[in-house]
Amino acid sequence: MKQVITGNSATAYGAKLSRPGVISAYPITPQTTIVEYIANFMADGELENTQYIKVESEHSAMASCISAGIAGSRVFTATSSHGLALMHEVLMWAAGARIPMVMVNVNRAMGPPWSVWADHQDSIAQRDTGWMQVFAENNQEILDLVIQSYKIAENSDVMLPNMITQDAFYLSHTVEPVDIPEQEAVDEFLPAYEPDHTVNIGKRQGFGSLVMPDNYMEFRYKMAKAMDDSRNIIKKTDAEFGKKFGRSYGGMMEFYKCEDADYVLLGAGTSVSTARQAVDELRKEGKKVGIAKLRYFRPFPYEEVRKLASMVKGIGVFERTFTFGHGGPFYNEVMGALYNDPAGSKPFIKNYILGLGGRDVKLDDVKDVFKNLEHETNNGITEEVQWHGLLKPQEVK
Amino acid sequence: MAKTYDELPIMPISDTSSEGVKTGSWRTYMPVIDLKKCVKCNNCWKFCPDVAIYIGEEGFPHVNYDYCKGCGICANECPTKAINMTRGDSE
Amino acid sequence: MTKLTIPAEEYMNSGHMACQGCGAGLAMRYALKALGEKTVISIPACCWAVIPGVYPNSCLNLPLVYTAFEVTGASISGIRAALDAQGKKDVNVVGFAGDGGTADIGLQSLSGMVERNTNAIYICYDNEAYMNTGIQRSSSTPEGTWTTTTPVGTTKYWELTKKKNMVEIMVAHNIPYTATASVAYPEDLIRKVKKAASIDGPSYIHIFAPCPTGWKSDPSKSVELARKVVTSHIFPLYEVENGVYKINMKPKKTPIKEYLMMQGRFRHLDDEFIEKYDKEIEKDWEKLIQKEAFTSEQ
Repeated sequence: MKQVITGNSATAYGAKLSRPGVISAYPITPQTTIVEYIANFMADGELENTQYIKVESEHSAMASCISAGIAGSRVFTATSSHGLALMHEVLMWAAGARIPMVMVNVNRAMGPPWSVWADHQDSIAQRDTGWMQVFAENNQEILDLVIQSYKIAENSDVMLPNMITQDAFYLSHTVEPVDIPEQEAVDEFLPAYEPDHTVNIGKRQGFGSLVMPDNYMEFRYKMAKAMDDSRNIIKKTDAEFGKKFGRSYGGMMEFYKCEDADYVLLGAGTSVSTARQAVDELRKEGKKVGIAKLRYFRPFPYEEVRKLASMVKGIGVFERTFTFGHGGPFYNEVMGALYNDPAGSKPFIKNYILGLGGRDVKLDDVKDVFKNLEHETNNGITEEVQWHGLLKPQEVK
Repeated sequence: MAKTYDELPIMPISDTSSEGVKTGSWRTYMPVIDLKKCVKCNNCWKFCPDVAIYIGEEGFPHVNYDYCKGCGICANECPTKAINMTRGDSE
Repeated sequence: MTKLTIPAEEYMNSGHMACQGCGAGLAMRYALKALGEKTVISIPACCWAVIPGVYPNSCLNLPLVYTAFEVTGASISGIRAALDAQGKKDVNVVGFAGDGGTADIGLQSLSGMVERNTNAIYICYDNEAYMNTGIQRSSSTPEGTWTTTTPVGTTKYWELTKKKNMVEIMVAHNIPYTATASVAYPEDLIRKVKKAASIDGPSYIHIFAPCPTGWKSDPSKSVELARKVVTSHIFPLYEVENGVYKINMKPKKTPIKEYLMMQGRFRHLDDEFIEKYDKEIEKDWEKLIQKEAFTSEQ
C-alpha cells in the first residue's frame, strides 16, 4: 500500500509491522512524531500485543528495552542527538548483553550550540559501542531497514543491536511516497522472536555477571566476530528482502555510476540523494563521476572500500560530522581500510566536512566538491581536511 | 575457573551454584553449639546470612563448617548463650 | 521443637561473597522466602552485584538480571512489560538495589517506574553509604556519620545532612503500598514483601541492612544493630497502604547512644551532638504517630 509519509511515520510503520513485544521511548525533537505515531497505533488497538512504556528519560528507555529483551521480548526504541548521547552507557550494555534490538536514531547535531537540525555527530559518537549502524537515504529505506534489521540482528551468528539512522527533518519530517508492506508478507519474512538466552522462570541464571580478566576478552572477541560475520548476513538479508518485496539496496555500500568513474564521492544519508543528481548532471557534461553510498558504517565495509579504491583516481570522503582528530570518521576508516590493502590501491583521497548543524548540502556544493576533487587529484592536495562552505568562502579552483 | 572459548556463551549467564566456593576458609572464629543448652528456638538458623546453619531431623541446629564465615551472629542471637565462638581450626 | 516462624525453603545458597555478618545477605534471604520461585530479580551495580559470585557462579536459584547502576526502576519496568506481553502475568518482578542506586543515582528511574503504576516490587537494602565502592556517603547516610568521603578530619567534616526519607518520597507518589523493614524482624519483613507481591501495581520496601565493614561494627552484632535502630526510634517499622499509615511496632525506647556507640563510624560524636540528634529523632517519631492518627481517620 503506497502512502505519502514522513520518515518518522515510516519508522513507526516499520516498528508496527515487526510486531515488537515492548516499545519504550522518550520524546526528543525531531524524533517526537515517532513516539506519537506509536501512541496512536496503541490507542487504535493496532498494536494489541505490544506494551508501550512511556519512560522518563532516554537512558531509562534503553535500559528498559535491554531488560525486556533479556526477558524474551522483541524490543524497539527511537531517539536523537542528546537522547542518544544520554543512552551511551546503556548502549554499551545492550551490545554486551547481545540484545538483538532495533533503534532508529534521527541524526541531529549536538549542542552547544543548540541545534535541532541534521548532523551525524550523534550517531558517530556511538560507533565504539558494538552496535551495528546503517544510514538511510530515504523514507522507504527507513521502513525497509527496520524490518530487515530485526532479521539481521536476530540471526544467531549476529545477536547485536542495530541502529538505523535517518537525517533530521530532511527525512523525519519530509513526506515521500512509501510502499508499506502487508503484515502477512512481513510475518513470512520476519518470524516471531524466539531467543536462546532468555529468562527461564525458576532456573538459576545470572545475566551479565562479573567476569574476571581471564574471560572478559573472549566475550568481547565474540562480539567483534559477530560484527564481522554480520557482513554476509546483511548482504543475504538485503537480497532476500529484494526477492520478497522488490526492493534491495546493494548490501553494505551502493556504487552509483562508479564502474567507469575517475572521481567519486563517498558519503551517507540524504546528501547522497543530492549527490546522485549532481553526478547525473556532471555526467551530461562528460565528467566521469560517481557516488559511493555508505550504508553500513558498522560493520565497516572495508572490502567494498578497497574495491572502490582500485577503480577510481580520486575519492572525496564527504561527511556531516567530525572527530576532532585528524579528519572525519568516514575518512579515518577509509584510510585505515586502505593502508594494508593487499591490492595496494592508492587513489587520491581528500576529506570534506559539510552540512553540520543542518546546513543544507546543495547541488552546487556537491558540484564544487567534485570540481575541487578533480583539480587536486591532478595538481596536488592543498589541505587534507576541508570544511566546505564556511562563512569565509575558500577559493575553489 | 576460566572456561574455554568454545564453552563460553555469547553473554555471561551464571548458571552454576555458588556452593562450589567453600567460604569456610574465611573463618577466624568458629561457632560451637552446646546442644545441652539449646532450646531449639531456631534463631541461629534464622539469622545466618550465609545459610550455613541447618536444622537436623531431631530439631537441633548444625553448623555447616564448609561455608560458615564465623561472623558470630548466631552466638549473639542465641537466647541461652549455647553457642561459643572458639578459636579453633578453620576446617 | 519450636515451629519455624519464617518459611523453611531457601532460594539463596551458601558460598556467596558477602562479608561476615552482612545485613544485605539476610535481606535477600528473607525477601526471597516471601517471593518464592516465580520471581525474576533485577540487580544494579551494588554489593549484591558482587555477592552472588564470579561467573559462572550464582548464589541465587532464580533468574537474575544484572544491570547498570541507575536503571533498576527502568529495568523492572521493561521486564514486567515483556512478561506481560508474553502473557506471564503471575511472575514477581523485583528490583533489589542498595541505597545509593535508589536514593541517589537511581531515584529518577524509580520515580518513573512508580509513577507509571508498574506492577513490580522495588526493594532497597539500606546500608547507609556506597558500600560496594568502599564506604562513600550517600543521601541515605545519616548526619554525623564517618564515611570515606565525609571523614572526620580536623574540621568535623563528617556527614552533615539528614538521611533522605525514601518511604515518604514513595508516599508522595501515591504508591499503593510501601513499608520499612529491618533484618532483625524477619517475620515482619517477609509479611511485608508478601503483601507487596500481592499488589497489582508498584510497591516499595526499604530494608535496614547493617554493614559491619562500612560501619566499623562487630559482625556478630549486625542483627542486634538492626533491632536497636528500631527500638531507639531512629528507624521506625511502619507501612503505608494507599496513604494510610500504620506503625508496626511502638517499642519501649532504648537510648540512641547504645546504638551509635556500637559502631566505629559514630565514635567521634560527643554527647551534645547525640542529645540534639535524639531530639530530632523523637520529633520525627512524634510526626509519624500523628500521621498514623490523621490518615486512619480519613
